[in-house]
Amino acid sequence: MTLVEGLTALLLLTGAFFMLMGAVGIVRLPDLFMRMSATTKSATLGVSFMMLAVALHFNDLAIGARALATILFVFLTAPVAAHMIARAGYLRGVSLWRGTISDELQGRYDEETGELSSGAPAMAPPQGEPED
Amino acid sequence: MTLADLALYLVLPLLGIALLLALWRVLRGPRTPDRVVALDLMVTLGLGTIASYAIATDQPALLDVALVLALIAFLGTTAFAYYLQRRPEA
Repeated sequence: MTLVEGLTALLLLTGAFFMLMGAVGIVRLPDLFMRMSATTKSATLGVSFMMLAVALHFNDLAIGARALATILFVFLTAPVAAHMIARAGYLRGVSLWRGTISDELQGRYDEETGELSSGAPAMAPPQGEPED
Repeated sequence: MTLADLALYLVLPLLGIALLLALWRVLRGPRTPDRVVALDLMVTLGLGTIASYAIATDQPALLDVALVLALIAFLGTTAFAYYLQRRPEA
């Protein structure tokens, strides 16, 4: 087994591991937003490892460019798609996990106009006057 | 163990298990956004399957399919998000 083959095998196995972790995350995590964080980050990383393995294995400019274009496209679109689904889910009232500590968007988003109000800070303001 | 064997007998079964787990979430729900996220993950797993199958069979032409699949997955997820947001009761 040559060095390139070993590197390709390593990249393939790493990609498969990250994708499997994304799938375990979508089964095990308790609410939509945590599941989304598992799938978006982990599966995107897994796909990019696998595409790097393909580019290394075929060792051809056209194929490598195609693999890199796929990586770039997935990196551009996965966050956008996840954000749109998370926004739609939040606005439709998907319930958060009961152990969630803070929901900073609660009551601050006007669904009609799409405006965010900054409002009162979520944390208590610092006590006392500043030094200067 | 050659690279093709590794892709066929180790990587593709791992991805198959991952696909089954994602399918379980699609079937179970509990709500529509969960299913959409799981479908998105299944398409991403499909990209990985295509990549490792291309290595296993030495067919670089399969990569075109992966690129088109990534494009269509984004369009589909965007359409689902619009649909969920417009629908009065989800």
